[in-house]
Amino acid sequence: MNKTVNQKAWFFVIPVFVLVAFNAIIPLMTVVNYAFQETFGNNVFMWEGTRWFKQIMLSERFHASLGRQFLFTFIILFIQIPLGIAIALTMPKEGIGVPVCLVLMSMPLLIPWNVVGAMWNIFALPDIGFLGHSLNALGFDYNFTQQIGDAWFTTILMDVWHWTSLVVLLSYAGLRSIQPAYYQAAEIDGASRWAIFTKIELPKMKKVLTIAILLRFMDSFMIYTEPFVLTGGGPGNATAFLSIDLVKMALGQFDLGPAAAMSLIYFFIVLLVCWVFYTLMMRNEEKS
Amino acid sequence: MAKVTLKGLSHSYLKTQSSDADWAIRGVDIDWNDGGAYALLGPSGCGKTTLLNIISGLITPTKGDILFDDKVISGLSPVERNIAQIFQFPVIYDTMTVYDNLAFPLRNRKIPEEEIKVKVHEIAEMLELSSTLNNRASGLTADGKQKISLGRGLVRSDVNAIMFDEPLTVIDPHLKWILRSKLKELHQKINRTMIYVTHDQTEALTFADQVVVMHEGQIVQTGTPVDLFEKPKHTFVGYFIGSPGMNVLPCQIKGKDVIVNGKKVETHQQIKKSKFNKTEVGVRPEFISFSNDGIPVKVLSVSNTGRHKIVDTESETGKIKIIAKSNEDIPSGSAFLKFKKEYTYTYGDSWIIE
Repeated sequence: MNKTVNQKAWFFVIPVFVLVAFNAIIPLMTVVNYAFQETFGNNVFMWEGTRWFKQIMLSERFHASLGRQFLFTFIILFIQIPLGIAIALTMPKEGIGVPVCLVLMSMPLLIPWNVVGAMWNIFALPDIGFLGHSLNALGFDYNFTQQIGDAWFTTILMDVWHWTSLVVLLSYAGLRSIQPAYYQAAEIDGASRWAIFTKIELPKMKKVLTIAILLRFMDSFMIYTEPFVLTGGGPGNATAFLSIDLVKMALGQFDLGPAAAMSLIYFFIVLLVCWVFYTLMMRNEEKS
Repeated sequence: MAKVTLKGLSHSYLKTQSSDADWAIRGVDIDWNDGGAYALLGPSGCGKTTLLNIISGLITPTKGDILFDDKVISGLSPVERNIAQIFQFPVIYDTMTVYDNLAFPLRNRKIPEEEIKVKVHEIAEMLELSSTLNNRASGLTADGKQKISLGRGLVRSDVNAIMFDEPLTVIDPHLKWILRSKLKELHQKINRTMIYVTHDQTEALTFADQVVVMHEGQIVQTGTPVDLFEKPKHTFVGYFIGSPGMNVLPCQIKGKDVIVNGKKVETHQQIKKSKFNKTEVGVRPEFISFSNDGIPVKVLSVSNTGRHKIVDTESETGKIKIIAKSNEDIPSGSAFLKFKKEYTYTYGDSWIIE
């Protein structure tokens, strides 16, 4: 078959290319530019090579915030994924309960991130917040602004409240797409509830769960606004996750070079983890 | 293995029922012998799948009883009824191998692993799955997957009945033949009660010893394939079975005479009295021939299928199809038709007059 050659088609790509250039490529290249140079303002730059990268890779501060970041992400995935699946399994399958549950579930997802942070800040205040006051009244010594454990507890609770719904909605969609014949066959085969879950539901949900885990990994790994409003990274640096630390370095200390290098390393970590995870999950898929 | 009896079974998916149309099935009575091969035949939406799911216990009927070996089992779960069911779409457990899929119903019933091994290999042998036993089931083609579903139904030796819900829908036509003869062969080998639901008359007639024809939630006729063909008890059976279906023409009954298009027609039955709203005469295209005298018709078209000719004609009260031998001369223009008396029946309100 002869293909028609029509180079004019490239013109149709130009608008997209311009848009992407302005919102992605140019800012990213600016960051790359900063990462290899030193500047004292006035548009004067000096070549630094890989110095900032080495500095960041060896910096204890970076190791600490990276460690906190991984711990946080791991904990929230560990809670949100099973919890989300569990809620999706108990949601009604028909009737008026379906829209009610779906709307209620979507509510937290619709609230702007800084509002979530502010809400939880007030909610958790030890003296006047409902949560903080109640916990103290019950005899717990709770103060998220001063105690590291309490700060982590509150941040995680907030994230679980905000984002579990996403996992629920995705899992619910996955569950609803399973044909009734599978359940009927399992019933006739005498499968236990647990076997139905592990042999039918989980395998059928694999794709949506992969998406859910990827989204929750990326979002939680890049979390900034909510903990920034809630704890400001404190007490001390206890909840200073990568983004918070990065902003401190870039805007607080105005260390543009190291901050740019850190951004790039940060970006590659997210990319790498997503790629490895996705490849592992989809490996068996292609074989069959 | 068991005898299956249904008594006065009715089911509605609605909470309250005001008319006949609200019932998915109504007033079904069936007696199926142990070890027989039965088919439930009917168009989509006639209630056959509902009936099957009631027998297997996936649906609880609104009214009526189900008996296995004369014991009422209406309240029991599918597991307690000990039946097997094969669905329209192949149901396989994706993450398991073919072997594990076949072993699954046995493992759930805590049968020792050595016994499972023997059983699974036996069934795999029958279904020609032995070479793929260690493959992941998700990699198989549609017919391979349906064989696994089939295998899971056959692997338990003590099931009361095996039910098939249009199991060949997703299978390629040339494989349908193979799987169908496989099923027939399996039935002869293992001799278990098999109930086969389908809307395909060829499937039903080749598989079953007894065919149950359903129409709008009711059983219209139960019989051998030959019965259904030669003596349809309801005009629906006449239309639905046979290709082309039975010719049904309006008629008048005057005393003992049946009149079609002003001509007296001899039918199988002796008419004693008539108090019906609608009376019809039914005769299959196979049992009509051209003659010098009889029902006057106009020949519209002739199509030759190779084995025989199908002639479309038009009478005063409707079209009549005729199947003629492929070497027979077909008159053109006007002609007269004669019905074979022993295969011509009179129907009152769609049911045969006896």
